[in-house]
Amino acid sequence: MAQEIRNYTMNFGPQHPAAHGVLRLVLEMDGETIVRADPHIGLLHRGTEKLAESKPFNQSIGYMDRLDYVSMMCNEHAYVRAIETLLGIEAPERAQYIRTMFDEITRILNHLMWIGSNALDLGAMAVFLYAFREREELMDVYEAVSGARMHATYYRPGGVYRDLPAQMSQYRESPWHKGKDLKRLNSWREGSMLDYLEAFTDDFPTKVDEYEELLTTNRIWKQRTVDIGVISPEQAQAWGMTGAMIRGSGIAWDLRKKQPYAKYAEMDFDIPVGVNGDCYDRYLVRVEEMRQSNRIIKQCVKWLKANPGPVMVDNYKVAPPKREEMKESMEALIHHFKLFTEGYGVPAGETYAAVEAPKGEFGCYLVSDGANKPFRVHLRAPGFAHLSSIDTIVSGHMLADVVAMIGTYDLVFGEVDR
Amino acid sequence: MTDTQKTTSLAERLAARFGDTLKISVVRNETTAELAAADLLAVATALRDEPGFRFSELVDVCGVDYLGYGQTEWDTTDVTSTGFSRGVEGEAMGRFDWADRPRGASLDQPRRFAAVIHLLSIEHNRRLRLRVFCADDSLPLVPSLTGIWPGANWFEREAFDLYGIIFDGHPDLRRILTDYGFVGHPFRKDFPLIGNVEVRYDPEQKRVVYEPVTSVVPRVLVPRVIRDDADLMQAKAEAADDWRRN
Repeated sequence: MAQEIRNYTMNFGPQHPAAHGVLRLVLEMDGETIVRADPHIGLLHRGTEKLAESKPFNQSIGYMDRLDYVSMMCNEHAYVRAIETLLGIEAPERAQYIRTMFDEITRILNHLMWIGSNALDLGAMAVFLYAFREREELMDVYEAVSGARMHATYYRPGGVYRDLPAQMSQYRESPWHKGKDLKRLNSWREGSMLDYLEAFTDDFPTKVDEYEELLTTNRIWKQRTVDIGVISPEQAQAWGMTGAMIRGSGIAWDLRKKQPYAKYAEMDFDIPVGVNGDCYDRYLVRVEEMRQSNRIIKQCVKWLKANPGPVMVDNYKVAPPKREEMKESMEALIHHFKLFTEGYGVPAGETYAAVEAPKGEFGCYLVSDGANKPFRVHLRAPGFAHLSSIDTIVSGHMLADVVAMIGTYDLVFGEVDR
Repeated sequence: MTDTQKTTSLAERLAARFGDTLKISVVRNETTAELAAADLLAVATALRDEPGFRFSELVDVCGVDYLGYGQTEWDTTDVTSTGFSRGVEGEAMGRFDWADRPRGASLDQPRRFAAVIHLLSIEHNRRLRLRVFCADDSLPLVPSLTGIWPGANWFEREAFDLYGIIFDGHPDLRRILTDYGFVGHPFRKDFPLIGNVEVRYDPEQKRVVYEPVTSVVPRVLVPRVIRDDADLMQAKAEAADDWRRN
């Protein structure tokens, strides 16, 4: 007796906890096996690039935070660098070190989010709780420097918004934090923000050991990730992959080393590479990146402690004058007024500025026609290129492996949909 | 890297290999090559495969709409009988709604649409930008690069969705970022910033309905302005003048 078996189509998301937000994945299944995966994206499309065309350059910095909303400052960095290139200005050395440091803080923030949610997707609840403990500590640094825990808008063309605070904020006594507990919470926070970061970097490697303890030799974790989603070096290049995705496949490509920006050329750090190009290798690469980021932060803290200086260019066409100066100087007042009402004109031209964001190459293609607003901004999001390969990578795998694959892509739909 | 590569720049090697096919410019160490749509596939294949170039990665493809390039909304040089323009009556992006969008002759600008392609050579650590202007702006057509770099797939779908550039030979040219059933290409300069339709839940029909935009008004606070004196030379001159200490 002949029986007809048909493939069936399944909707994965957009309201699925493992869809990382708003991915709608239409899967054509042959039993438990994937035949075709068709992602439907754009559910979070806000038209950031078009919005940026309608406002002065500086007013769009805040939009960049909201693209990849777990690696905020790296996005700002790409946009700000593109403007600086066209303007022909360069941020002061101290600002460059601050940017380098915050890019790495951002990288750790991103990888902590990734390790927590990826492990949660694959059934390990505890890692999420561990990772968020350290995320909280780093978010306090974001808050100390910009006033916001996530969407900082801290970088500016020509430097950063303000210098690092001399006093780290402390917990106040409350019914929830008191006595010994309060003392412990504030033990790192006696001095400046840099002292706090120094204490953090001394402590963080042991925390990474804790995550590794939970996962690296964990049998369930390895069963879910080893030999899953293997990407060859050729495939990685053909699909425009960057960041941990291409390094997991064994290509030592990192913009911080190959095309250094900010102060990366002066930093001492290593680039981890994978061997097999599977989900497990990419996990190992990202964990090692956290340790390397920690090293970079340490070096930046040391330099920043020893070298005070300006953090913004001394050019009133792009940087606001000091308050006290505005009380006495008419020119300073005019500069301030023009900067905040009209903005600044950027010389006509085009540029592409890329940074090594935690997820891969985040690029900003900027076209200016000389006006106070960009003519065209295009944001090249790493997640967009990575996700486009899912059909090729995932067909032939089981349904459960799709979840592992989405996790290892490290997707955030703020940047994929823009 | 061979010795010849160290001594000759990428622009020189491109000119030697492709001749008049490419119009090459180098600004701030960024190499841009402009070429005709008809030559794109042959050039791209050579750029990927030939050992001197080896652009193994396609980093980005995006559309650009050059309508209104260099136009401003605020005339700061001519005074009329009523004084300077207040900069509020400009027609540029964001200041019109769907009904008042520019149409007809105001859109006649030659070389309006372009596809901009960014390539990366991992082997040589080099970047290259290609720009292809579409010959016909009523039907902007560019050959698809999906056969050379499969990663071009989504980037081309995005440029089609947002700009209406059609990539000839693309296996699956569907919309990608906009809503199912969306009409128009939202990133074109003649498309209103506030959009054309809005959605709400209609309790009587018990479903989501699409209606023309009424909840947002087209409004842009800062006029678009290009100043001749805005370049930084002035700022540099002022810094040299040291007026702050005088």
